[in-house]
Amino acid sequence: MRKDYRLEKRKYVIGGFLLFIALIYLIRLFDLQINDSKYKTYADNNAFLNKTVYPSRGLIYDRNGELIVYNQPAYDVMMIPRDVQAFDTLDFCHTLNITREQFDTRLHDMKRTPGYSTYTPQVLITHLSAEDYGRLQEKLYRYPGFFIQKRILRQYKHKTAANVLGNIREVSQTDIERDPYYQRGDYCGDLGIEKSYDEYLRGHKGAEVLIRDAHGRIQGRYQDGALDVAPISGRNLKLSIDLGLQQYAESLMVNKIGAVVAIQPKTGEILAMVSSPTYDPTLLVGRQRGREYRNLVNNPYKPLFDRSLMAAYPPGSTFKPGQGLILLQEGIINTNTAYPCSHGFISGGLRVGCHGHGSPIPLKPALQTSCNAYFCWGFKALVDKRSKYGTPADAFEIWKHHLVSMGYGYKLGVDMPSESRGFLPNAPYYNKRYGEGRWSANTIISVSIGQGEICATPLQIANVCATIANRGWFITPHVVKEIQDTVMPDIYSEKRFPTIDSRWYDEVAEGMRMAVTGGTCRLTNLPDIQVAGKTGTAQNPHGRDHSAFMGFAPYDDPEIAVCVYVENAGFGATFGVPIGSLVIEKYLKGEIAPERKYLEQRMLESNTIIYSGVKKH
Amino acid sequence: MESRSINYRNQESPLKGIDWPTVIIYILLVVAGAVSIYAASYDFDNASIFDYSEYSGKQLTWIGLSFILGLGLLLIDARMYETYAYPIYVAVMLLLLVTIFIAPNIKGSHSWIVLGPMSIQPAEFAKFATALALAKLFSGYNFNLNASTGNYMKALAIIFLPVGLILAQNETGSALVYLGLFFVLYREGMSGLILMSALLAITIFVISVKYTETMIVGIPSGQFTVYLIVMVTMVTMLAMYSKVADVARNVALGFVGCGLVIWILELCGVDVPGKYVLPGMIAAACLYCLFETLRLRVTKITAAIGAAIIAVGFMFSVNYVFTSVLKPHQQMRIKVALGIEDDILKAGYNVNQSKIAIGSGGFAGKGFLKGTQTKLKYVPEQHTDFIFCTIGEEEGFIGTSLTMMLFVILILRVIVIAERQPTTFGRVFAYCVASYFIVHFCINIGMVIGLCPVIGIPLPFFSYGGSSLWGFTFLLFILLRIDASRRSHH
Repeated sequence: MRKDYRLEKRKYVIGGFLLFIALIYLIRLFDLQINDSKYKTYADNNAFLNKTVYPSRGLIYDRNGELIVYNQPAYDVMMIPRDVQAFDTLDFCHTLNITREQFDTRLHDMKRTPGYSTYTPQVLITHLSAEDYGRLQEKLYRYPGFFIQKRILRQYKHKTAANVLGNIREVSQTDIERDPYYQRGDYCGDLGIEKSYDEYLRGHKGAEVLIRDAHGRIQGRYQDGALDVAPISGRNLKLSIDLGLQQYAESLMVNKIGAVVAIQPKTGEILAMVSSPTYDPTLLVGRQRGREYRNLVNNPYKPLFDRSLMAAYPPGSTFKPGQGLILLQEGIINTNTAYPCSHGFISGGLRVGCHGHGSPIPLKPALQTSCNAYFCWGFKALVDKRSKYGTPADAFEIWKHHLVSMGYGYKLGVDMPSESRGFLPNAPYYNKRYGEGRWSANTIISVSIGQGEICATPLQIANVCATIANRGWFITPHVVKEIQDTVMPDIYSEKRFPTIDSRWYDEVAEGMRMAVTGGTCRLTNLPDIQVAGKTGTAQNPHGRDHSAFMGFAPYDDPEIAVCVYVENAGFGATFGVPIGSLVIEKYLKGEIAPERKYLEQRMLESNTIIYSGVKKH
Repeated sequence: MESRSINYRNQESPLKGIDWPTVIIYILLVVAGAVSIYAASYDFDNASIFDYSEYSGKQLTWIGLSFILGLGLLLIDARMYETYAYPIYVAVMLLLLVTIFIAPNIKGSHSWIVLGPMSIQPAEFAKFATALALAKLFSGYNFNLNASTGNYMKALAIIFLPVGLILAQNETGSALVYLGLFFVLYREGMSGLILMSALLAITIFVISVKYTETMIVGIPSGQFTVYLIVMVTMVTMLAMYSKVADVARNVALGFVGCGLVIWILELCGVDVPGKYVLPGMIAAACLYCLFETLRLRVTKITAAIGAAIIAVGFMFSVNYVFTSVLKPHQQMRIKVALGIEDDILKAGYNVNQSKIAIGSGGFAGKGFLKGTQTKLKYVPEQHTDFIFCTIGEEEGFIGTSLTMMLFVILILRVIVIAERQPTTFGRVFAYCVASYFIVHFCINIGMVIGLCPVIGIPLPFFSYGGSSLWGFTFLLFILLRIDASRRSHH
């Protein structure tokens, strides 16, 4: 047959068409497979479900190994919006025991939270009850895109030490930005040691890479779990808190506003740390947390405010032993220097009242009787000693420097969040207030007896007491004794020495011992324990005086140093001393002697909160 | 006679004169196909490749049988095919007709005849029957397609009879394959204008409906592209069809010049109203062509003018009908069918997942049996129509481009074979084979990579299924048999 060469050329058109299409496809494949890496991510998002495995949070024990805080499982219903398919919403709500409206509201809220993504797990409902969990688990296969995330909640064996323990809460956006460890829906410590030791307690999250098929069914572990990371449990903490002592001190502080801090002087370990009024830590667990937290915030007595280390109170007469140390150290007085007291300190038209006792008296009896005049004279002698210091301002700075070394005016560094630094004025402060060179000891005389501008936290006062108990040193107070498998930071074992020679401490300690045996603190004079102490009655311009006490025992080998501070309770001797003595007795003897039971009873039953001036709403 | 004696010898040894390159490519494709099916249906706790209960096991049986079938086909005298072309065609058409009534409803289509444990899809066998009939028609004494309309009608009847029957079985995809036979008509003398305008119409429709999102010079990019296509077509037609090179050059220069001006203006921040400028350019070119027609007295120039006007008019009518006449849900249905709308949860799900599967393969792939998309059944129909995904995911760009290359080589080889046929019968049959392959190749791969609408037709030799494999084996080995005996005609 004759070949038609004109038509034969058309093979090029057909072949060319094929090559043209093939080229387009090749370019497309190049674009899909090499140029664009998003498909790899899509495929991984399809196939792999990265499931976080939450570690169990570290347990918390008291110093005697008594369990205080442990974990209980909680179940959150999670959803990956993109994977959710049409489902029986009513049945779902019924299973979860919520109304359709609640479900819709929750869904709506979820979509508005920052960081919402349809590709990542979102928290739908938190803290499912075990019952609801069981019901949902059975039906879960009907709801693709939903799954249950097991979480850890805290549970408290004893409803005590809420201020020390703190609690845990869901992380906020700021937490997530601050610490990359956190993801939406995680929990972090809030308040107390839950916050300050969060990094130890939380452990390390694990991850499971699961393979998921097109219907959302889990097919197993990717590479038999080769990429899985096992969670590492959080470290357990052993507190220095003595649970029994803490509970006892809390019971004594019922219906009172204030704080009790007890420190073991040799170690700086805090044995008890009470802030009153306190609250039940179990309130802040679970789904009702938000509501309960709001209630606590709105409570007029501010139970969330940890008075033991956040409240800055005028130390009152508990300030005097420190004053004595400074005067001795600076050579303003010696052990025999006596100052007169004519029912007070009277100088240049100024009068600071005092009560009846002999006059003139040296340091020890002055501490015994809590003589205001003595410390005013001493302070005046120091500040106005131009021959030694030049100006009052320079002298004041020296005075202040000694106080700082004792732990006043700055944070002590306790292992708790939100410690207050108290307040210690400096010379520029007064220069600003009165004008440079226009103030002297008399202008600011009230600071000498722990009034005026001076403020200290109960923790700082207790720490000064521990320093005197140790006769010249202290260890930064702390509430955690041991971290499992970890060495405590050095600062909680290093001795800190204030700028006072150790020889002067015995003088002051003796004065405090005398206050117990024959002075203001006679109520703490226990028959078989040698207690040393100092009362404090801090004038309160807003209402009744605050009652304070600091003391340590036994006198020769101190085991415990205590500070008690009760707001609006009047004289130091009326509330501070009894509570302090009971705490000391309880700790050292384990029980209260029968003849002192009446005191215990009185403290348990008394109510000073009525004097706080807070109107109950 | 000498030639007859050669022929006898050929008959004694059917493998002599076989086009081995084609056979080798065939074997490569079939083996690669079997491996892909094994990979696509592999489960994490899967048994062996030979397990008959699995797709791969069954497919191996089909492959074994198809080798025997191929060998059998080689043993049949080539002249038998020519002699019995019409009876075979008629028989297969009857089978198609019967199928409509006896086939059970499988996903809405009535195209499978169930014979005990296996099912057969007669539509796959209608391909070679139709090819034989078409070849037979063209090999008629002094048959010339353009000689009479009747010849066209005969050819179209042969093509559209199976199309109608298969459409009646509700197998739209398989029916569309037969439209590829227009390549054969084109090769045998049908005007290129018909082929070109058909391709243009499809392109314009898809482009103007599909690309409406991004804007270029104030008009949708789809419309812009259509204008460009019209301009290129005009110039090409003026040069190739009207044979007025200088007119083509002038028009081309005009377009390029205007294009440059528009481009520079856009760069300077001037908003060119493309809505008026582009049609204006084409109108100006048409007026110029009209002037040249009158001046040079070359009437063929009017074809270019007509094509331009029809194309632009077609585009506007498509837009009008689509946006103003069709209801939103109808628009949606077309868009989804064309793969325009990413209806990821419903119709677009397959394509989206198949793009993910292929795209995630990267350059070298995830490795044999390591594809997560396919193993975890994210791609439906992954062992049949979407088998190309498995290659893309596990063997990467290397695998996909090699596979495409094998197909291109095979098709080009078939075209080479076609052109060396001494008989019209052989040539037409060969072109039919090439056309089927081109359509399957273009539509299947295009659909998997998201460039074509989802039309469910298999990838030859790769997609699971005995009918498809046998159908293509028939086509290829009948061609090889005819080709092997071509020397007897010299």
